[in-house]
Amino acid sequence: MSVKLGVPSKGRLMEQTFDWFAAHGVRLHRTGSEREYSGAVEGADGVELVLLSAGEIPRELAAGRIHLGVTGSDLVREKLADWETQVADLAPMGFGHADLIIAVPACWSDVDMLEDLDAVAHAFRREHGFRLRIATKYHRLVREFLTRQGVADYQLVDSQGATEGTVKNLTAEAIADITSSGETLRANHLKILSDGVIHQSQATLFAARGADWTGGSGAALAALCTQCGIALPKF
Amino acid sequence: MATKAAARATGARLLEAFRAAGASAVDPDILQPAKALLDLYGEDIRARAFVTHDPSRGEMMLRPDFTVPVVQEHMTGGAEPARYCYLGEVFRQQDHSGPARAAEYFQAGYEVFDRTAPEEADAEVFALFAAQLAPLGLEATIGDIGLLTAAVAGLDTLAVRKSALARHIWRPRRFHALLQRYAGLTPVPPSRQTLLAGEAESDAPWIGLRAPDEMHERVTRLQEDAAAAPLPAAEVARFDALFSLRCAAPEAPQRLEGLGISALAPAIARLARRLSALEARGIDLATLRFDASHGRTTMEYYDGFVFTFSAADPGLPPVATGGRYDALTRVLGQGRSIPAVGGVIRPGLVADLEVAP
Repeated sequence: MSVKLGVPSKGRLMEQTFDWFAAHGVRLHRTGSEREYSGAVEGADGVELVLLSAGEIPRELAAGRIHLGVTGSDLVREKLADWETQVADLAPMGFGHADLIIAVPACWSDVDMLEDLDAVAHAFRREHGFRLRIATKYHRLVREFLTRQGVADYQLVDSQGATEGTVKNLTAEAIADITSSGETLRANHLKILSDGVIHQSQATLFAARGADWTGGSGAALAALCTQCGIALPKF
Repeated sequence: MATKAAARATGARLLEAFRAAGASAVDPDILQPAKALLDLYGEDIRARAFVTHDPSRGEMMLRPDFTVPVVQEHMTGGAEPARYCYLGEVFRQQDHSGPARAAEYFQAGYEVFDRTAPEEADAEVFALFAAQLAPLGLEATIGDIGLLTAAVAGLDTLAVRKSALARHIWRPRRFHALLQRYAGLTPVPPSRQTLLAGEAESDAPWIGLRAPDEMHERVTRLQEDAAAAPLPAAEVARFDALFSLRCAAPEAPQRLEGLGISALAPAIARLARRLSALEARGIDLATLRFDASHGRTTMEYYDGFVFTFSAADPGLPPVATGGRYDALTRVLGQGRSIPAVGGVIRPGLVADLEVAP
């Protein structure tokens, strides 16, 4: 049985993944027409390329339907409960960098830290009768972070896109979102809390603990790890 | 793990004992409106409860506990005093896997709403549970959140500092960070210094629902705070000693008096009355542990007496928990309130322990 390697199916994440493997002598490429999601692997025996949406790769890893997968470390932490029991972190890949951060209106000159956000949330709730709203799609990561930090009187509101606009549109008071340069935040008059970095994400190669590693796939993994210069995971 | 039938049978036995103690059985819905629970607990409950949706009723939750619906039922027309008992499943999402992490399990509970003698009611609930659990050889721990709130209320400092501390009693990390800050034991962050010096003005356009007045109000508060005397370091040390106090229950009143926090006197007197009431009901106080921080990391509705019965296996969740929640009745009572105390036993765990002692 071959090792199924799940790779993002389009865009820069796919290209950079291909480049990363190429640097280690493994050539991944798409086959068929431009629109067909099928691929081929040269330079590594027993490895099969599966092109998937980056957001679905954590779930496919958890289900063991793919053996290896490339996706953002933020997505694995957000989508998988107890992620370390489900997947092994094989190698950070040095691209796709993005920070999950908490940002508030830049005009709030009294707010710079989580301590301030917590105090403002308390006052806001008393003044407005509901909890301060933080717009995000990263519910698990944000909630765990704020619980750990002892922030209260907030609520998360779901925002699957254009999250930076929610404050101006009065559907949230703060946001938690990924940013790489911070430019969209600045354009929307938001600023990052100085201790508000929840997770520094990058594209990462993960292995599924629950995949079938018998019948040759274990040996194919060992060969691939050697070729790519990464330690063989312990399952 | 006990079978569902075994858990239900054990639960029925507990329910019968609660009825015999004078409680009337109630049977709250499994589907609860999410709003009251979310208002109370915030995001924590969203992570713990199963949230679902009904086209006409909106967001609903699979009953994560019984206390809130029982209090709601009582506050909308229960006679006084009242005793209630119940048996049924509660549902909790589990972010971590493991055999002790059931997403669905039975609770058998007993709740007392009585204005007359709170310490008597505390002892009544505890002794009733202790009698049911006696054969299991569990370890019982008691505490009293009222001691912590009394210590905070008695601080000689700004009211805003006291209310910030009181709000975070259930979040120990934030609480102790605030305490250190108020005592001047941690440096004022540079951003706060800039703000206090009036040099933090932003030229960004004002956006969002929070109004400029709300910010100015907070800056005024922060300036008052900066001008106020720091909490004496000795006061912080007394707090640390209070929060870390653990001892055998009979020693607790004297050990608490020894801390030298005068504001604790009424709360210590209540604790002493409670211990006497427990003894009068046949509880051997020497077997009880007292932990001043007990209940601080649980859900934040307990505001007085708290207790837990635990098995020796640290991997198991508590077999029974309970406590006093006077403030919860005020929040849910829309202007009315009544002192209340109660607790729950997990019949599934009881059945397990009975099989394999």
